[in-house]
Amino acid sequence: MNTRIYLDNAATTPIDSGVLDCMLPYLQQKHGNASSLHEEGRQARKAVEDARRDIAGTLDWDPRGIVFTSGATEADNLAILGLARSQPERRHIICSAIEHHAVLHSCDWLERQGYRITRLPVDAEGRVAPASVAGAIDEQTLLVSVMAGNNELGTIQPIREIGELCRERGVPFHTDAVQAVGRMDLPTQVTDLISLSAHKLHGPKGVGVLAVGPDVKLLPLVHGGGHERGLRSGTENVSGIVGLAAACRLMTEEQETHTRRMRALRDRLIDTVLTSIPAAKLNGSRSPLGSLPHIANFSFAAIEGESLVMKLDEQGIAASTGSACSSPDLEPSHVLQAIGVPIEMAHGSLRLSIGRQTVTEDIDSLLRILPGVVEQLRSMSPFKLGDG
Amino acid sequence: MYNEQVMDHFREPRNQGKLGRYSAIGKVGNILCGDVMWMYILVERSDNGDEIITDISWETFGCTAAIATSSMVSILAKGKTLDEAITITNSQVATELGGLPAPKMHCSSLAADALNEAIYEYLTAENRPIPPALEQRHERIARHRKELEERYAGFLEKTDNQQIKGLPGSPCC
Repeated sequence: MNTRIYLDNAATTPIDSGVLDCMLPYLQQKHGNASSLHEEGRQARKAVEDARRDIAGTLDWDPRGIVFTSGATEADNLAILGLARSQPERRHIICSAIEHHAVLHSCDWLERQGYRITRLPVDAEGRVAPASVAGAIDEQTLLVSVMAGNNELGTIQPIREIGELCRERGVPFHTDAVQAVGRMDLPTQVTDLISLSAHKLHGPKGVGVLAVGPDVKLLPLVHGGGHERGLRSGTENVSGIVGLAAACRLMTEEQETHTRRMRALRDRLIDTVLTSIPAAKLNGSRSPLGSLPHIANFSFAAIEGESLVMKLDEQGIAASTGSACSSPDLEPSHVLQAIGVPIEMAHGSLRLSIGRQTVTEDIDSLLRILPGVVEQLRSMSPFKLGDG
Repeated sequence: MYNEQVMDHFREPRNQGKLGRYSAIGKVGNILCGDVMWMYILVERSDNGDEIITDISWETFGCTAAIATSSMVSILAKGKTLDEAITITNSQVATELGGLPAPKMHCSSLAADALNEAIYEYLTAENRPIPPALEQRHERIARHRKELEERYAGFLEKTDNQQIKGLPGSPCC
């Protein structure tokens, strides 16, 4: 096991070396606190404000609406709970059933405080019907939150249509774009709130953004020194913020070439897995318009995903699963359940996700190893394919 | 999350497979919960008349811990008299593996239950009295199986996967 093959880039990505180079000065030489008056402080402030302008440029956004957070989980929480605090009279939220837990659990918490939450169903590929959003909006609706691209399946949501109809109805629209930035075009002009995270974009962990539109009023969740225009107190993570801006720049500047390359790897992966492994199924969408280029999710009948991931790990490959046995609450993935994957197939799920560093040889190695590992686990099981 | 001993059994499972000749099978678990174990035992009389588990093997669908605990139970039971094998507990299985992560402790119960059920099946087929402790455990396993079947009744009706219907259940999640 000399070289590891990392195919879990939807979980996190390695920092790009160019991004790291941008960050390093802000960890030592330029270590100032961006709120300080002196030279070191002014250097840090400039770096933070340059990064803010940069990210605003990428999103075609007003820099004053770029709020740095500790990551996308905090950004999602701030979008939902911050809006709920500022408009307590509106007590209805619409989200999809396959949102990230940062969104779902924030909504769950509000539900326990008496809010109405509409969790929209998705089709077999994981797509929300815009008409279902339109049908769910009422005069009490505070927010619609639908992610741009799903982190387990890679399925892209019709966020332009959803954003447009939210505009017509005067309801703010939030999208968690963590997996989508740099991998698809975002209709930011019809979006009021966008969550981003650096570490999914070959940037550092522990930093993210909530982009807040001009018509949205939030109240903070974190109180203190009044940083980020009072919306998120706490000394700025200067090196992280610089890294986030560099990662965003990298991903969007090279979006077209990299997505094309990742798409080709994904297609090769999907075609070969489905033809070389019996009783294998793709979860989500195959289509270039319907899916992100870097995530492919499979289910294998009569396979338990946790042991599959561990066997692959033994062979030097990092992947992940939506199996119950891999989750702390021993429940299979809510996303796979929402798209109607039978529970026994959800146990046998495998998510493979491609990064900028992934090369064709990595996919070929996986394709050489995976069929044998699946066969080995199936041979240990009391179920034989074709029984019954 | 798993210790080296568990990983060793996962990498090189002992006594894995189906016995060519066996006296009974203990079947526990439910595919809807993500783990199913079948434990095969061959029981033979020794010269002094003791009934010994002379051979044992297993087939398991499940996570790393399910595979490692199946492997460990088979080692603990092999060569034991039935009376000795009945006393093997889930905590013994976990301890012998150097411990399991807390959410995975149920796998050790499942493995010990599979052995229990195999012995129960053997004694029942032989038309022999069932020791009270074995009977109690069997009743608990059957109760959980029923609960699971009720809990997953909707899913079982929906599924087109015939092989998972009517499989025995046990406490597993």
